[in-house]
Amino acid sequence: MTTAKAIRRGLATYVTYRSYFLDSSSKRMMSTWWRRVEPAPKDPILGVTEAFLADRHPHKVNVGVGAYRNDDGRSVVLECVREAERVISGNTNMEYLPMGGNQTFVEETLKLAYGDESEYISNNKIAAVQTLSGTGACYLFAKFQRRFQSNSRVYIPIPTWSNHHNIWRDAQVPQRSFHYYHAESRGLDFPSLMDDIKNAPSGSFFMLHACAHNPTGVDPSEEQWREISYLFKIKNHFAFFDMAYQGFASGNTEKDAEAIRIFLKDGHLIACAQSYAKNMGLYGQRVGCLSILCENELQALAVKSQLQQIAGSMYGNPPLHGSLIVSIILTNPDLKKLWLKEVKGMADRIIDMRIALRENLENLGSSISWEHITNQIGMFCFSGMTPEQVDQLTDRYHIYMTRNGRISMAGVTTGNVRYIAEAIHKVTRS
Amino acid sequence: MDIDRTNVIMSPLERRLNTISRHLIQGCFSDSTSIVASPAFYGASVFQNVAQAPEDPILGVTVAFNKDPSPLKLNLGVGAYRTEEGKPLVLNVVRRAEQLLVNDLYRKKEYLPITGLSDFNKLSAKLILGSESPAILENRLATAQCLSGTGSLRVGAEFLTKHYHQRTIYIPVPTWGNHPKIFMMAGLSVKTYRYYDPTTHGLNFKGLLEDLSAAPNGAIVLLHACAHNPTGVDPTQDQWEHIRQLIRSKNLLPFFDSAYQGFASGSLDTDAQSVRMFVADGGDCLVAQSYAKNMGLYGERVGALTIVCKTTDVARKVESQMKLVIRPMYSNPPIHGASIVTTILKDRNMFYEWKLELKAMADRIISMRRQLYDAVSARGTPGTWNHIIKQIGMFTFTGLNSKQVSFMTSEYHIYLTSDGRISMAGLSSDKVPHLADAIHAAVTSIA
Repeated sequence: MTTAKAIRRGLATYVTYRSYFLDSSSKRMMSTWWRRVEPAPKDPILGVTEAFLADRHPHKVNVGVGAYRNDDGRSVVLECVREAERVISGNTNMEYLPMGGNQTFVEETLKLAYGDESEYISNNKIAAVQTLSGTGACYLFAKFQRRFQSNSRVYIPIPTWSNHHNIWRDAQVPQRSFHYYHAESRGLDFPSLMDDIKNAPSGSFFMLHACAHNPTGVDPSEEQWREISYLFKIKNHFAFFDMAYQGFASGNTEKDAEAIRIFLKDGHLIACAQSYAKNMGLYGQRVGCLSILCENELQALAVKSQLQQIAGSMYGNPPLHGSLIVSIILTNPDLKKLWLKEVKGMADRIIDMRIALRENLENLGSSISWEHITNQIGMFCFSGMTPEQVDQLTDRYHIYMTRNGRISMAGVTTGNVRYIAEAIHKVTRS
Repeated sequence: MDIDRTNVIMSPLERRLNTISRHLIQGCFSDSTSIVASPAFYGASVFQNVAQAPEDPILGVTVAFNKDPSPLKLNLGVGAYRTEEGKPLVLNVVRRAEQLLVNDLYRKKEYLPITGLSDFNKLSAKLILGSESPAILENRLATAQCLSGTGSLRVGAEFLTKHYHQRTIYIPVPTWGNHPKIFMMAGLSVKTYRYYDPTTHGLNFKGLLEDLSAAPNGAIVLLHACAHNPTGVDPTQDQWEHIRQLIRSKNLLPFFDSAYQGFASGSLDTDAQSVRMFVADGGDCLVAQSYAKNMGLYGERVGALTIVCKTTDVARKVESQMKLVIRPMYSNPPIHGASIVTTILKDRNMFYEWKLELKAMADRIISMRRQLYDAVSARGTPGTWNHIIKQIGMFTFTGLNSKQVSFMTSEYHIYLTSDGRISMAGLSSDKVPHLADAIHAAVTSIA
């Protein structure tokens, strides 16, 4: 059994280390406090990268975790980010941010989501705080929802990013699911989605992916979003948008915010989690934003104060560095232009890889339809492969991905696309 | 549902109305009154009844200070170090580390592991426990990079709520204002033990021992490793030994908050003595570390939680469970601050330089204590004031009451928290006379 296999299947062996240094009195005090602590299951997504790193095979491919790679398979620091860091280094102090975070950062981030001219922004009707990336924004909202809408549940699409389940469970908000992915067509199960929205009790909370659904890459069309919004209005539902890929999906930040703008036009008071992990490549900086639309300024202040309370007892105030990078870029017209160009570049490369992967598979004579590779959008492709097929891909071809068949297109390059296509063809044709 | 052919030739509005009417016919609205009654239909918010939360009292001081136009104003509220010129300070060694990081074009900046930067964790554990610590040599600790001291305390508390058999934590009176909130929000119940004696401005040692003796077996005890916040009153070496024996005999679980290592006495090792004493006896403990003050990395939120266990096997399991606490909260910690710390701790010259700069900060504070004490004594201010020089760390618990504090703010534009705590780090030589005048006036005109 290879090391990678062992790790992936969670069969780590622990070496117990005898402690020779305790004297008898300490041994008597040897408590059994942690005796009952069970080893936790490995995170399904992050465990993939661990296994990949442990693999020594020369052709190994990581299409597991969703971090962007360039065509050389290397991680990228955007030029606009490097420039911003040069501005910061040596010139700023490191004092505490206010509890709600860097205000310039928050303002610019709201403009991205809601539009520069949004009246919610100009009338101060948005309760918004800087958060620890998208995860932190979702978690803060889940805690807030638990506190102030304690009888509510959250409706989560099938499938979704696995950590969504951890977040709402940890916040003790009961979860229900709604239909989303249609396995046969590898597209959207729109009728079932609408039925679920219709059948949920009025005033239910729904978690929606604003664009580039993770893990499927399947998004509603503009028309479908309008219908969803209208039904939400009639059913009085609350829409929480997780927007982790703005700009990254179509290459255009305005287009990727379309769903949110549709809901806003229809008068919904939505909430939104935004992340700069992917679209600005700021993964490790943990920079994001949670915004909740309110009826008026007073309400927004009250909501914001409560969000700050919750965050305050979790980590005090959010980290500075990432927020400075974002606010420098977004407030400098040249840097902002550069950023938009770089984000489009990343999105375009992914779209090119989608086309290449599909073409390669079709040219190999695969009898399966691979249309979905180019129909889907964003970083991920839901290939439709079974867990067993994925295991074969890993064991035989050293291609690493999550067992739900999700391929991170960012890990595909002109150098490895053919290898990947051949491997997929081999495991799926039997 | 196939796309209705007729939909294709309708306008978007007609299409939408068609869809909705189809749903109506299918019996969507069994409860038709809901459309009219529901507030959201008219744009009302589900959160309309959310009340305004009270402002954080410590940060509120800075907010009020910022609003004050007086040129005499002095901010002695929040515990952030200031230079003699009253400016925030970024350590030279931190600037150098920053520069190295910016210039390193090959540095990866992607997601850290859930428990953070591995080198950072090892170096942080060494820093607080000492590189010869039995816990480190025997590889029986679990360390996670967390968001400064606050984040480390919270992750530790969440872990305890999930995996420890006792849900009560004892905190000293007084303590940092955020402590009770952190523990309560994590699901622990908070009790107190006596700590500060207002009559002596010192430690209520007898009360402390009594209260911890009365604690139920296994209860968690929060201990300030050094430079107690807000009082500046620390147990002596002998008193710590006494406390340790009591805690171990009752099987209480010590949870150290180490926010000022190096900042209190000027020596990293001296300030870690209390923690090391407990770890040396082989028992379990938790330690939350912060680099906010001692490396001046406040806003970068850099800290670490270490859980010292009995065996390597247990430490691995504990670490895996720490990850489950962290993953839903924020997935993984921020990279920048931890990278700076690692760069400095790894390099002998930079580490040495850091120790010098740290000692300089600690020395300036000690000098401010002396100057303030001399100034207050010179004015013959009624009362005893030698606690100003006996207390240790960033803060002085003056003993002033909230009325006297308000007086100092309104008449002398001096900002401090209502419990009478002043941040010595915010004081400079030229402001000492003004502060001494204010204290004198407050004490003599208000009881």
